[in-house]
Amino acid sequence: MFDFCTDPSELARLPWLACYLTTGKHMAIYWSVGTVLLLLAITAPVALAFGFGGAVAARSRFAPLRWLGKGYIAIVRGVPDIAFFLFFVIALDQLFEYIRHRVKCPEWENSVWQGNDFIVCQEAKLPLSSAPQWVHEGYGFGLAVITFAIVFGAFAANVLFGAMRAVPHAQLETAEAYGLSRAQTFRRILVPQMWVYALPGLSNLWMVLVKATPLLFLLGVEDIVYWARELGGTKTPQFTAYPHGDWRVWYFAALLVFYLAMTKVSEWLLGKLYDKLSHGQATASGERLRRAEVTA
Amino acid sequence: MTCLETIQAYALRSMGIGERLLPQTDFTLCQQITLIGSGMLWNIYFGTIALVTGFLLANAVAVARNSHRRWLSWPADWFILIFRGSPLFIQFFFAYFAFLSLKSVHPAFDPFTSAWLGAALVLFLNTSAYSAMIFYGGLQSIPKGDLEAADAYGLSGFARWRRVVWPTTMRLAWPAYTNEAIFLFHATTLVFFSGFPAVRQRGDALYYASYFADKTFNPFVPYPILACYFILLTLCIIGVFGLVNRRLNRHLPGERRARLRLRPAQLIR
Repeated sequence: MFDFCTDPSELARLPWLACYLTTGKHMAIYWSVGTVLLLLAITAPVALAFGFGGAVAARSRFAPLRWLGKGYIAIVRGVPDIAFFLFFVIALDQLFEYIRHRVKCPEWENSVWQGNDFIVCQEAKLPLSSAPQWVHEGYGFGLAVITFAIVFGAFAANVLFGAMRAVPHAQLETAEAYGLSRAQTFRRILVPQMWVYALPGLSNLWMVLVKATPLLFLLGVEDIVYWARELGGTKTPQFTAYPHGDWRVWYFAALLVFYLAMTKVSEWLLGKLYDKLSHGQATASGERLRRAEVTA
Repeated sequence: MTCLETIQAYALRSMGIGERLLPQTDFTLCQQITLIGSGMLWNIYFGTIALVTGFLLANAVAVARNSHRRWLSWPADWFILIFRGSPLFIQFFFAYFAFLSLKSVHPAFDPFTSAWLGAALVLFLNTSAYSAMIFYGGLQSIPKGDLEAADAYGLSGFARWRRVVWPTTMRLAWPAYTNEAIFLFHATTLVFFSGFPAVRQRGDALYYASYFADKTFNPFVPYPILACYFILLTLCIIGVFGLVNRRLNRHLPGERRARLRLRPAQLIR
């Protein structure tokens, strides 16, 4: 990376660390931080959408839909989330391959389940064995995003369901008195007001989501945990210009600090957002903001 | 192999008792149910140990955080921040590799690199931090009248804490603490996926479930079995904690009793 890295005499001193931390492999770990942020950026809105759907379903007047919504919310509570992660990655993969299999190879007679194997025709494989490397990685990442969205969607559904019930009933009655239909009340009164009640739960959920990102490693994505193990492991002079012992503990210490920083920054930003949403609301924090403005 | 023989061979496999080899081919439903159930012993072990020891430390940390003395509240603040602010998964990895490094310095750290002690220690510290935050919230929301009444009775120091502050804290914090207990048991499934080795394939329920899923390429059997076990375990926890909750609230008139309302998304990690 730096010019002085080519000069062997420099390597005994502190610049050595700068050279070490900018090797090609280390660039991979910095990129994988991007992977984590990308996962968060995609998953958060998708999970929120899943959650919104779940909450609306759980409030539905149509009983089967309501059971579906409530069942979706309840199941994640009873079962460890990493069981879901491990389950959905295989299950979704098999589901996609099975659908493609039915579409692309209708003439195939054998069952896809043969003993202990799951076999689909060559054209139905996902990703295709001839596909370039980035497709394989992208597919794995996509599965991870869907899995995260399903699991965190259930948590979000629970929060939003509670928030919808927390909106003062008088507000909805007033809307009815003004002649608004059920759909209009939902869109214009309930949804705009529920966010301030949902925010404490959703910010907690965001923190949980941030802290769940290392589980990407279990889903087979080359994320920061993967690289920390890879780079920290003992290296002999045969394979690298920078041989060292077992440094994994330092790499994981760095990850701890990284996540602590993420938490702190999130807390600060969410605090700002909460103040913004509380503005003019009939809640304690809304009242506090109003008082502060009057005295100022 | 009949189902009864399977149970005899594998029911305590996770503790190293019984058949040495795991089933390799022709997996039966009975094998899967028995082995995953056997793995639950580890989950129950980790959860119970961490819960009991964590309860004590959590109370101490909560009181320290509530203290006016800076040298007490400051370390408590940092302890809570570090263990609540970072993922448990990373904490496991960090602890495991830290113990590995320490092992080469002194052989006393040898047992810490195995799951039964090392992972239990991490879970203990982690749940202490989460529970301390819950108990701290309880301490903060003790009705002012209760404290004034304690003062009026001439209670002070430890007697005041023991007779008034602590019981009320527990009563207020109990529903949230129940949640924490449930998610602690869920968190125990991370242990064998985070560096700590499952020596001679003695793993927890999720370890065996993923073993079967990998071997059969069929996730639709082992994971639902695991889910059933955990739902049962969750119901047991709610039952036991509900009994304690009844006892904590026994002096209150019926309608003022805090019902055990559980809010899932509040406390997961």
